[in-house]
Amino acid sequence: MTQIVNLSRRGFLKGSAVAGGGLVLGVSIPAFDVVGNPVAPPVGQLNGYVRIDTDGAVTITLTHAEMGQGIQTALPMIIAEELEAPWSQVKVVRASALPEAGMAPAAPGTGGSRSVRANFDVLSRAGAAARDMLRQAAANRWQVSISECTAREGVIYHNSGQSAPYGDLVRGASYLSPPADVKLKDPSQRRLLGKPTNRLDAAEKVDGRAEFGVDVNLPDMLVGTVRHSPVWGGKLSAADPAPAMTIRGVREVITTEDAIIVVADGYWPAKKGLDALAPEWASGKGAKNSSARIDKAMSAALKRKGAAVVNEGNINQAFRHVSKRVEATYEVPFLHHATMEPMNATARVEGGRVDVWAPIQSAGRARHAIAEEFGFDINKVNVHVTYLGGGFGRRIGMSFIRPAIIAAQKTGRPVKVIWSREEDMAQPMMRPAAKVRMKAGLNGPGLPVAWDARLVVPSISEQLIPGRVRDGVDQISVHGMEVLPYRLDHQRLEYAMPDAGVPLGFWRAVPHTYNGFFVESFIDEIAAATGMDPVGLRREILQPGSRHLAVLERTAAEAKWDKSPKKNHFRGIALHESFGSIVGQVVELKISDDKAIKIRKVTAVVDCGVAVNPRTIEAQIEGSIAYALTAAMYGRVDVEGGAAVQSNFDSYQMVQMADMPKVDVHILENGPIGGIGEPGVPPLAPALTNAIFAATGERVRKLPLIDSGYRFA
Amino acid sequence: MAFKIRVNGAEHDVDVDGDTPLLWVLRDNLGLNGTKFGCGIAVCGACTVHVDGVATRSCSFPVEATEGVEITTIEALSKDGPHPLQDAWVAEDVPQCGYCQTGQIMAAVALLSQTDDPSDNDIDAAMTNICRCGTYNRIRAAIKRAAAAM
Repeated sequence: MTQIVNLSRRGFLKGSAVAGGGLVLGVSIPAFDVVGNPVAPPVGQLNGYVRIDTDGAVTITLTHAEMGQGIQTALPMIIAEELEAPWSQVKVVRASALPEAGMAPAAPGTGGSRSVRANFDVLSRAGAAARDMLRQAAANRWQVSISECTAREGVIYHNSGQSAPYGDLVRGASYLSPPADVKLKDPSQRRLLGKPTNRLDAAEKVDGRAEFGVDVNLPDMLVGTVRHSPVWGGKLSAADPAPAMTIRGVREVITTEDAIIVVADGYWPAKKGLDALAPEWASGKGAKNSSARIDKAMSAALKRKGAAVVNEGNINQAFRHVSKRVEATYEVPFLHHATMEPMNATARVEGGRVDVWAPIQSAGRARHAIAEEFGFDINKVNVHVTYLGGGFGRRIGMSFIRPAIIAAQKTGRPVKVIWSREEDMAQPMMRPAAKVRMKAGLNGPGLPVAWDARLVVPSISEQLIPGRVRDGVDQISVHGMEVLPYRLDHQRLEYAMPDAGVPLGFWRAVPHTYNGFFVESFIDEIAAATGMDPVGLRREILQPGSRHLAVLERTAAEAKWDKSPKKNHFRGIALHESFGSIVGQVVELKISDDKAIKIRKVTAVVDCGVAVNPRTIEAQIEGSIAYALTAAMYGRVDVEGGAAVQSNFDSYQMVQMADMPKVDVHILENGPIGGIGEPGVPPLAPALTNAIFAATGERVRKLPLIDSGYRFA
Repeated sequence: MAFKIRVNGAEHDVDVDGDTPLLWVLRDNLGLNGTKFGCGIAVCGACTVHVDGVATRSCSFPVEATEGVEITTIEALSKDGPHPLQDAWVAEDVPQCGYCQTGQIMAAVALLSQTDDPSDNDIDAAMTNICRCGTYNRIRAAIKRAAAAM
């Protein structure tokens, strides 16, 4: 139930951003935790607003963080559509974590491809309510019936030809109650949604004006940098500050339980100061951890029975009657997020009040964590969200905020703490490594009827949200494997979560990155086992009439799957559902005898239910393909001596311009609105390795591809 | 040490250690924040500026090497209205997070100053800056659009 409240004339809002003589509607934007369960605010608490000023300008609060995914454009489009506001008149202001008077806090976090989904219904209804209040205000003024008044592009028109712009009507509308019921436009009547629309933040991002976290500049501010124990879980045992204090510009060397912060007049002296130190770390037993140890533990877990996740039909009996068996083991490594903007935050502590400016996905949660950890009154803690130079799931938690607050407390001045790239990669929240053993039993015609998988993944939840581990199963590790779109009479999934001893986190598309790779590669193996066409097999085993089948058919059609590719070109297909959307991809490539890959094209079809801004959807699919291609070709973080080996972009390589394939994106709208920031990631790796199989006969069951001798041509 | 440094047509006196990278002089001393810090080892290109018109990774270019050279940053590119490449970047809807884009544009300006009508191979060779959001195809399209307009 969407609650819309007229706040225009509420005294307690005077002096806040929602005051000012216009029409102000408060809304309650639902929030979700990282796995999509609804959380705060409690029903009825307002945490966002829509304001129409007397000059006709429309402002909405952005309760989520803009990290490239395009919500700063998509959310205003939603409201402008129903409000019939001129596109050029709509703007956003960012909500900070500390609520304005009378309001509930903004969203606790941004993630799970949830921002547009969380806002869509609420903003649509708020826009429609404001539109109808303006129509009513016009009807009152002209003493006519509201049914004779129509709204279009910021103006209310009466049948007689009279008209009034919104700005002239907001005062009258501000005395009205929001309608109990609003009628939303029929999708066929939409004029903005579904129309490719350029980003509102592009101009300031091409001339250097856009303010990211690293750009925050406060009066009297110092700049610091930090080094935590390079061995995860280690402590600082001793550090002589003297060598740093001889560096010109260094102001303070601060030691904490597990880190050293050097504060200076600028980043460079701070870094020189930090590099001059020779701290002693008490690394503890963590220093014995290594990729070899983790791999051994995971391989051992793969041999043991795991916790039951799925057990449908009778798997043991089914396998006794199958015509053919296929079995394979797959694995993927740990991965860095490697956001372009290194971790950073700025803090000011003054008179019991703390303000933090940060490129952060979890401002709402951070506010509570800061109050709790540092003992501040929650009502005197604010977190201001800047633009994020990439997020991908890394910018959560306290790790990059804590040093700035400590430094600001200690120096009595605002401090911006910027991590070096090496520190950013030394203190990651990695995508877990994963291994799986899959067995399929095929019937006479070659269709799988029994599917038995054992998945081994160190648990993200155990570290970050322990409540998500139930009966030995980390729910976040099994998504994308526990519910398959394929018709299987007998299915079993077991799961084990060995302790990896490394910091883990949410990496763009989270478990779907590996489960999509595992399932869609194995389906290709099943097809190959009986010589079936990979599209043909999927067509047989997807539910008739399903969205998945429609995505498959459209993907095959757009990639001209039924026609032979160019000479020496080969194709692979994969499709995967995640975050409410289904994406199919076909990779077409050629490979030289020495394993140099040239990807000619990636054809992608996405069914995201409702296409708010097709231009952004295309961009997100393109970007997801680049992100996934980097991981598939290069991505691997090794662990040695309890620390990450890869430390910068020289050792943790990225896809570049020359490697980027042509991408062809097609959009379907066959269901409720789905996410778009992440669903483009999972199908790329299996579509790519399936194409490699088509070309070479080599089945790649372990990423990254460089470990199997592949490279970009 | 005191250095005289010419940035965007104006001379500035800065008093820093000679090994201070130009990037940090621009950001922390001159307040020019459009040039970004990404890797500190001249691999990612987020810090790209022009030194005498040549695309240069300022994170690894010490201030003591700037004597007698003219430095141009993103802030100077649009002094008299947007540069055609910036217009093209907006028209092609290139930026996502946007963090690398000022460096990308500075690299592209340098490319077009050498090559009026770059081929795909020219673009591949000149544009080695990293974009983690994966905007490469739109960057390519924007360079071609700007080349056609210029």
